[in-house]
Parts: sequence; C-alpha cells; structure tokens
Amino acid sequence: MDSALIPKGVKRCPTWQFVLWIGAVSGVLLWGVVAMVLIYFKGLNQTNMNNAYGFALWIWADLAVIALGGGAFFTGFLRYLVGKDELKNIVNYAVLVGFCCYVSALMILGFDIGQPLRGWFIFWHANVHSMLTEVAFCLSAYLGVLTIEYIPLILENRQINKVPFFHHLAHNMHEIMAVFAATGAFLSFFHQGSLGGVPGVLFARPFGYRTGVFVWPWTFFLFTWSAAACGPCFTIFITKLTEKIVGKKLVKDNVIELLAKISGWMLTGYIIAKIIDTVYWATVTAPSKGFAFMDFYTNNPGSIYGIWILIAEIGICGVIPAAILITDRGRKSKTALWLAVLLAIIGVCLNRWVMVLQVLAVPVLSFESWFTYFPSWQEIATTILPVALGTIVVSLSYRYLPVFPQERELNPYEPAADDVLEPETQELAEAELKPAQA
Amino acid sequence: MKHEKAKKFGMVIDLDKCTGCGTCMVACMAENNVPFREDDTDKLISVAWMRVYRLTNGKPFPHTEECFLPRPCMQCEGHDGHSPCVSVCPATATDYDMSTGIVSQIYTRCFGCRYCMAACPYHVRQFNWWDPLWPEKMTESLNPDVSVRMRGVVEKCSFCIHRYQTATQKANLEGRRELEEDEYQTACTQACPAGAITFGDLNNPGHAVHQMVKPDPNHGGRPKNPKAFRLLERLGTNPKVYYLSSRKWVRRAGDNYIRQEGSQNHS
Repeated sequence: MDSALIPKGVKRCPTWQFVLWIGAVSGVLLWGVVAMVLIYFKGLNQTNMNNAYGFALWIWADLAVIALGGGAFFTGFLRYLVGKDELKNIVNYAVLVGFCCYVSALMILGFDIGQPLRGWFIFWHANVHSMLTEVAFCLSAYLGVLTIEYIPLILENRQINKVPFFHHLAHNMHEIMAVFAATGAFLSFFHQGSLGGVPGVLFARPFGYRTGVFVWPWTFFLFTWSAAACGPCFTIFITKLTEKIVGKKLVKDNVIELLAKISGWMLTGYIIAKIIDTVYWATVTAPSKGFAFMDFYTNNPGSIYGIWILIAEIGICGVIPAAILITDRGRKSKTALWLAVLLAIIGVCLNRWVMVLQVLAVPVLSFESWFTYFPSWQEIATTILPVALGTIVVSLSYRYLPVFPQERELNPYEPAADDVLEPETQELAEAELKPAQA
Repeated sequence: MKHEKAKKFGMVIDLDKCTGCGTCMVACMAENNVPFREDDTDKLISVAWMRVYRLTNGKPFPHTEECFLPRPCMQCEGHDGHSPCVSVCPATATDYDMSTGIVSQIYTRCFGCRYCMAACPYHVRQFNWWDPLWPEKMTESLNPDVSVRMRGVVEKCSFCIHRYQTATQKANLEGRRELEEDEYQTACTQACPAGAITFGDLNNPGHAVHQMVKPDPNHGGRPKNPKAFRLLERLGTNPKVYYLSSRKWVRRAGDNYIRQEGSQNHS
C-alpha cells in the first residue's frame, strides 16, 4: 500500500505488520499522554518527588538520554571533522537516534517544571552563572542543529526527492554538513559539560561537589567525556537491535568495529579520569567538608546506595567494557560486543543516576537521615512516553528513508514489477541515495 | 547624601532556651500566608518556612538528652553573595541583597525547576506541590503585605522582609535613614515565649546579635563566641543564623566530622 514511499531496492515488512507495530507502540505512547495530561493539569503533586527529592527520575532521564544521544555529536565529529570516512554508513542513524534523545530531553524538561507556561523565563531572565541556563541554551541550539542534520534525510524520501527543489536542497545541505557537525560538537561539549556542572557546582552538597578549573568542576569534563565514550555505544546498540528486529544486516562489521574501537579508547581514558576524580574527591574534597568516603555508602535503607553502586559503575560497567572494546578480539566477538556496549550504557546511566539521586539522598545535616524515593506511575509513564515517541520516529524513518546506505549492498533484493520506477523519474531515483553516501 | 553602611541582618537562636513549643512556626505561617493542607502530616511535601527539629545525643536512658533546633532560612552569604541557591537559579528568581544580606525569592519569576532546593543543604526551600487553599473564612485573615504563592513555585523564609520595607518607609517619612533595633523584628522573634530568638544587624556592634556571637568579618562571619555555632560551617555557606548552646554535643551536631578529627572541635 505504501510501497511508493519505500526507498528503492530495499525490502520492508508488509504494511499490516508495520501498522500493528506502530499501533502497539502508540498504546504505550497513549499511556504516557494520559500521565502527561494529569501532570500538566494537576501539577507535580502527581509525582512522588518531595522537598528533599526536588530532582528525581525525570532529571535522571534527561541526563541519561543526553549522554546516550552523545553518539550523534561524536560520530558527526569523527565523520566530518576527523575524517573517518567509513562512519558515513552509520552517521545517519546516529543523528536520528540523537535527534530522538534530544527531543525526549526537552519534552521531559517540559514536564519537570512547576510552572510550564513560564518555561521561557530561563531564556528571558537568564542567570549566566547557572549551569542550568547553559544547559537550556546549548540543548535548544543543539536540537536545532540535529534537526538541520536530520532534514536532508527526510528530503531523501523517494517521493519528496522527486521535487527538484528538495532534491537539490538535500544535496546542498549535505555539502555543508561539516559546518553543522562542528557546531554540534561545540554545543555538545558545553551542554554535556554543563549537565555535569549541575551537581558539580553544588558546594553545599558534598556528594556531588567537585573542585575543578576556573568555573568548571571536574564533572563538567567527565560528563562530556563519558557521553563521547558511551554515546557511540548506544548508537551501536540501537543499530544491532534494529538489525535483530528487522532480521537483516544494515551496517558492515568494519564500520561497527571502528566506532567500537574509538569508543573503547574514549571509555578507557574516561574511566582512568573518573578513578582519579573519585580518589581525589574521597580523600581530599569530601573530608574537607567533614565527610568520610564511606559515609556516602553506609547506613542507608536497604543499602540502595551501598558501595556496590560505585563498584558497578566504575568496575563492572566501566573497566570491563573498556577492556573488551580496545581489543580486536573483543570487538570481533558478537557476544562480547553486545556485552560491552550494554555495560557501557548501563554504566553511564548509573553515573547519571548517582550524580542526581544520590546527591539528594545523602543526609548533609548531621541530625537527618537518608531520604528515599520511588517514582509514581505518572513519572514512569511520562519517562517512557518519549521512548515510545522515539521508537515511532525511528520506525517511520527506517521504513521510508534511506537511513542505512549499505542496506542495498548487504541485502540484494529483486523488486516486484509494480515497484519499478517510471523511466522519467529514473534519473532522480539513481541520485536518490547519493547524498547519503556523500 | 551620605550612603549608609550595608546591613547584614541575622538571627541568634539560644538552644538552651528553646522549649520546642512551635510558636515560632505558627507565627511564621500566619505572618507569611504559608499554605497548609487538611492532612499535613507528611513533612516532606508540606510547606513550613520555620521548622523545629528534635535532636538527641543518642545515649540510652538515663543519659538521654534532647534539644530543639528551630530552622529558618540561613540567608547564606557564601562568598561575596555566592550563596548555594542564588548562583544556581537559571531564571534569576532568587537574589542575594548586598544591602541587607537577605536572600530573596521572586515567586512570579520562579518557574519551579527546583535546582535551588537541590543546592540547599538545610532544606529551607520548599515547593508548592499543591494549590494554596485556605478554609473560606480564613482568607480574611491573610496578611495583605505578603503575596500568596501559586502552585509550582519554590518558597522560603524571607526574614519577614515586608516588615523591613514597612519600617524603612515609616522611618523615611519621619526623615530618618536608620532603623532602631526594635523597629524591624521577624514574626518568630516576637512570638517566641522563651525569648530564645534574637534578631538584628550583625554589622552593627550596638545590636544584640552582634554582641552575642561576635561575628568574625575575616572569616565569613564565623562566631568568635565559643558557645555559638552555625549549621554546616565547614561547607562555606556562611549562614547568618547562629545558634547558642552550652552543650558540646549540640554544637557538634551542627556540623559533620570524620572520625579522626576526634572531639577537639567546638569543645
């Protein structure tokens, strides 16, 4: 039914199957929309946040999706600025996943403020000393960059590309994409960093506070570094997951392995820096505020914030994936690669959780005790809502846009007679995939 | 016209006198139109600008001791007005007034991101999780000098700043630039039946608060009086609320110490 929209030379599942899939995901989306309506109309009393837990699941989700979406800026940086040409075969998908992640982040930020209609105050009454201001400006600007990077892909849809204006626009946008990749890398450095600065500057919260250089705490650099290291892991993970779901290979192994190798070395560097930071914080910064290292990991209900969390974050989800990804054998083994990217993703999410939730859970006044929190269903549903939305965007993009330039080569397919293009459009169709390969 | 010296309003709470009666909390709520709910038992989602903590020395009977500690906003100066909450607010909805030393909150500008709450280690900043609703007749007793806050914004103790504004206007009309000590007093100070709370200008050597704690201007106002302490002194927040106690365990409870530091602090 929709074969005229599907890129030439590739096979997609039957329309009914696709509609069923989108319908199922839309059901989840609807659940999130119900929760969203409740939150917008009844307020944040629909959550389980409280005066001790002013930041909770949503802020964690924000920080996590932005870290995972870091694959977009770093892959773009490697492809367009460093000149890693092989990555042209995955950069479209990295941009698409990044776009979904950043839309999710802004959407969640929209729920998370008590007065949503005043959200624009962050731009209008901006306090330049606040890390959150920097986050808001760079995040919005970078979403703009991602949109610009995503548009040419949309214009390459088989029908849209028949319009000469859109065809040439897509081509010309690709020509200048390096400028946007550079802008994206610059903006990402600052917003990933300023997200790290959010807990790092809290000098009255000894668990989150870090010393640093000039106005930037060390977490500023660690967050950027970890996003550049783990973001590509998420790109690989989503690519592999897509391949599993659609049942065919979409990106050649050498491309995945190159990205995995770079990610592995970035992760190695990051983990070394993180260990140094943790040791300095535990032995110098925290004691100067009157806290022993283990004060942050003991006497909390159910050992939710036991020392296990640090071991899991740095050791299991940091050192192990780094060790796998920097070895040729590790990258070539399917199981090891899956394990490594999964651990790296969990590790960066755990880091964001700790740097938001544990900062607030730790009692600072000596006569207070640990604070506990479990999200309400409305918080969970609204956190899943952008995931469902992202799934729909990715599904539509995969079906109707030439996201993977190597797909035709990896999956030779004889089109049905009615799928063959009319002769007059043949010329444009031949040029169809060229910009994506440029 | 001669420019008057900047003030630094502060509070001294004598914990030896505090009985934990809670009058300060009630007076504060009435004065500042602090909203409440029918069931306000969950203190983590209720609003109270002044809150009284109960501290114990952790020893078994018969050596058990208790202390009540009222906690208003600490009005932190940090370093040069770089208080924990002010510097993080993305919309400049809170400000450190260098002329009074009071941390303000602009309710109509706050958009409820709650970053200031995350920054404050004293939990003095509280969020309006619910619409502020009072029983019908009670709205007539609301203080017209204090604006009520809407759902979705953060609020906190203001050291009854509206009283300072009223007193200053009155003094100006009378041709005076300076206020007498008793012309500007917070509601909790006046309500305390035990006289445990003293309020005034820490920069003015003639004021009781200055004489009681002897703030050291070279160390961010750290008290020279050995019986005085501030909450979480080591964090560098430089609060302007001081506590007095003759009991060592109470003074130690005001801060955190690692084991190796022994008991030499605040002896």
